[in-house]
Amino acid sequence: MTLPGCPLPQPTGTMLSITDLHVSVNDTPILKGLSLQVPAGEVHAIMGPNGSGKSTLAKVLAGHPAYTVTAGSAHVAGKDLAGMEPEARATAGVFIGWQYPVEVPGVNNADFLRLAYNAKRKASGQGELTVKEFTPLLDAKLKAVELDAGWKERQLNAGLSGGQKKRNEILQMVLLEPTLAVLDETDSGLDIDALKVVADGINAYRRADRAIVLITHYQRLLGLVVPDRVHVLAGGRIVKSGGKDLALWLEEHGYDDLT
Amino acid sequence: MTDATQTPDQDAYKYGFSTAVEAVTLGRGLSEAVVRAISAARNEPPFLLAFRLKAFRIFQGMEEPRWANVEYPPIDYQAIQYYSAPKAKGEVDPAKYDSLADVDPEILATFAKLGIPLNEQKKLAGVREVAVDAVFDSVSVATTHQGRLFDAGVIFCSFAEAVRQFPALVERWLGSVVPSADNYFAALNGAVFSDGSFVYIPPYVRCPLELSTYFRINNTESGQFERTLIIADVGSHVSYLEGCTAPKSSKHQLHAAVVELVTLDDAEIKYSTVQNWYAGDPVTGEGGVYNFVTKRGACRGARSKISWTQVETGSAITWKYPSCILQGDDSVGEFYSVALTNGRMQADTGTKMIHLGKNTRSTIISKGIAADRSRNVYRGLVKVHPKAEGARNFTQCDSMLVGKECTAHTYPYIDVNHPTAQIEHEATTSKISDEQLFYLRSRGIATEDAVGAIVSGFCKDVLEVLPLEFAAEAHKLLTLKLENSVG
Repeated sequence: MTLPGCPLPQPTGTMLSITDLHVSVNDTPILKGLSLQVPAGEVHAIMGPNGSGKSTLAKVLAGHPAYTVTAGSAHVAGKDLAGMEPEARATAGVFIGWQYPVEVPGVNNADFLRLAYNAKRKASGQGELTVKEFTPLLDAKLKAVELDAGWKERQLNAGLSGGQKKRNEILQMVLLEPTLAVLDETDSGLDIDALKVVADGINAYRRADRAIVLITHYQRLLGLVVPDRVHVLAGGRIVKSGGKDLALWLEEHGYDDLT
Repeated sequence: MTDATQTPDQDAYKYGFSTAVEAVTLGRGLSEAVVRAISAARNEPPFLLAFRLKAFRIFQGMEEPRWANVEYPPIDYQAIQYYSAPKAKGEVDPAKYDSLADVDPEILATFAKLGIPLNEQKKLAGVREVAVDAVFDSVSVATTHQGRLFDAGVIFCSFAEAVRQFPALVERWLGSVVPSADNYFAALNGAVFSDGSFVYIPPYVRCPLELSTYFRINNTESGQFERTLIIADVGSHVSYLEGCTAPKSSKHQLHAAVVELVTLDDAEIKYSTVQNWYAGDPVTGEGGVYNFVTKRGACRGARSKISWTQVETGSAITWKYPSCILQGDDSVGEFYSVALTNGRMQADTGTKMIHLGKNTRSTIISKGIAADRSRNVYRGLVKVHPKAEGARNFTQCDSMLVGKECTAHTYPYIDVNHPTAQIEHEATTSKISDEQLFYLRSRGIATEDAVGAIVSGFCKDVLEVLPLEFAAEAHKLLTLKLENSVG
């Protein structure tokens, strides 16, 4: 819906552009020539068998120090990620919803979220928000992803169930408003109600100037968040791409015919 | 006094400068003559000289303890200066300062540089008013807000001042909690102790200000042997803060302090320390303070409470066990500690909770953080005597390792002699993991902020019981010290 005088943000071309990417961990090649284009405004799904390099793709986009790019390149909104520190990538608009969010005991969720939010503001030359300024903003975001106010006082992922951790990742996404969100198996560990909430969150996040990449094993999330494109990652490369129907086809036939 | 390390902020230890002031010293070495000379220099009454001489004789008959899990070459006790007093301006008695006008401006500048307000109009860390006793080497140079405290009936002054003004109080309580025969360093302190703070809170008075003592070792040749005595009379309450720094020096400096606390019925003392003595060279381990300190509180009265909170981030070697003797029925002892070691530091620290009275309760929360090539030891004793019916203790001991070459050790001793005692002990060891750091960085948080957040999270239970301005300082100190150790 478009309000008069309030035009939708215009698409800004290709949000994620990966060209012939080769990545190794401890000298073992994992990604072997992966290429992928995700235009702004689109949701792409990446599926594939275990060990095909899906999570490696997420880690390498975030700049994890254990993953070495040996060839190729990745650009986000035209910006080359090579040589960028993880925190610089994040403040430039890259967000990874992690498959296994790390527990940080004793760190209060609200404090952490404010630290991350202020890091982004600082990077864009804006002043930092005080607790008082930040709280109403956080309250609105909590409401948007159907979490209660008590969530703020929880510890960062420590003591949360697998599903709660995933919902915490979605909360971080809607708060930090990245231009590229890569969600790595965000649907695993969620019961059916939580899956619905998370899917609603992702759908609400879709916008013409953002791109979303869903890494998933299952069709069930893709039934709720309908992707524009589906890619199959196997052996470190994209071996097949198609429309949303490809996911249904994969559910029926598996990956064997493709690898 | 010619240490040329006028290079603050060159590395993590920004308090490493020294100040050129004229000092009155007694030369090196320890003998009965030196003990007598210290007493004479301070114009002490006979009871105090007798106390010192007795302590000196005990000291001569003792051997340096070697049971702590720390390593250091033998200390040459004859090479240490046992007394160093900065000269007051234009007068002869170095142990007496009547006003700030008597204090060498260089010393005032030193405390200003350390952020310690000796001008009563200034506030500590700009937050709230705190009364400060400033001890420079062996002598207290200034105590602020004395008038206002005196109006409330509170005595807060240097130890030397207390000996002059309130000798009966000093004589009654000195050595009553830590007798000189307690241990080697307590005996040494008893013989040669110099200045420290004296506090007396009269019955049913809630001390109107936070009290604070700031210890500065300036003379790199001298040891520091301060003595602090705090007495909270029936129904009274006081919160006391202690801070310490020393200049960088390639030599080791000995700091052997004694702190004694006494609470009578329904009284409460909260004693907080942020210790940041110079820790020595982080690579070679050269220099740094040997912090061999005896701190003990006696809950003599029923329902009284003593709470120790310490954030230990400095010293080459720390040997320190702030303890509580829970003598009064229903008395409460608490020990909250963060001990951070980095570089080549060694810390053997913890507490003793001695349950004597009925229904006495104690809580021990200890957080040890070891980085680089340091060694971090928790050593604690919980003892329940045969008459301590209904005693309870809860102990939580957590260690965090940063890097691969540091070690953390835990030695809990539990000695229970009453069947109704309830003792709980929990312990964990964790690593500040690369994955935690990466997770925070992947949300845009810079490495140093990420380390600060993780460490503060780990120490949360302790930091939240510190007085506000100390908590902020402690957080900064911990983050600063770990910045170079991670990643």
